[in-house]
Amino acid sequence: MELNFSIEGGDFTQAGQASSRVKKVLKQLGVDPKCIKSIVIALYEAEVNVVAHAHRGQIRIQIEKDKIITIIEDEGPGIPDIALAMQEGFSTASKKVREMGFGAGMGLPNIKKNTNELQIDSVVGESTTVKMVNYF
Amino acid sequence: MKISEVSKLLCAKMICDHQLHAFDVEIGYSSDLMSDVLTLDTDNLLLITGMCNLQTIRTAEMADVHAIVFVRNKKASTEMIALAKEHGICIMESPFTMFKASGLLFNAGLKPVY
Repeated sequence: MELNFSIEGGDFTQAGQASSRVKKVLKQLGVDPKCIKSIVIALYEAEVNVVAHAHRGQIRIQIEKDKIITIIEDEGPGIPDIALAMQEGFSTASKKVREMGFGAGMGLPNIKKNTNELQIDSVVGESTTVKMVNYF
Repeated sequence: MKISEVSKLLCAKMICDHQLHAFDVEIGYSSDLMSDVLTLDTDNLLLITGMCNLQTIRTAEMADVHAIVFVRNKKASTEMIALAKEHGICIMESPFTMFKASGLLFNAGLKPVY
């Protein structure tokens, strides 16, 4: 099964709609609730990151018998130092993002915690691609 | 702890009470930082927060939090209430500070996450 979503940068009212939809689908498929929670938290963190930092993004999800593969590609500033961005507490979030309760530098470490495989590639000034794999 | 007891202790107005008798809460977590809420792996949790926006409800949905108390007299918007209803999340509004609300709940037996 494949699912695709678009994300608009800066539009916090829409953040989480893809995660919500994926949660419903995984519930219908009978996936273990703890596994669903990990998947949707990682996806929600990634959605919020795109809304908070990028101009726009695309989410492509592939659900297979034993795993879910999620690819989030955005057009935005990119991440100059991915290792630094993975450190808990490091953040470049704006005041607006912090006022929404995010931007504490917890997103990427939390994505790592909630995924079995995580790959982040970025071109500064152009894009960031996050690939997450969770096994059921 | 029953949701009705939480409401009574905190003089909280029940906004979405369709889940009122469906579950109890055992653990409380007070935070305005949704990033921290998303790191929790705890069931039967009551979120006590002054962060009152749509993403608070989204965060609760993703983190499987079924009950929220908004403190400091914060008011949930129509969109927030609709989203909470859609996902079976009970929301309350208390006039108390987060400190007072947390203290009263702790004193009444609600446990901390850590």
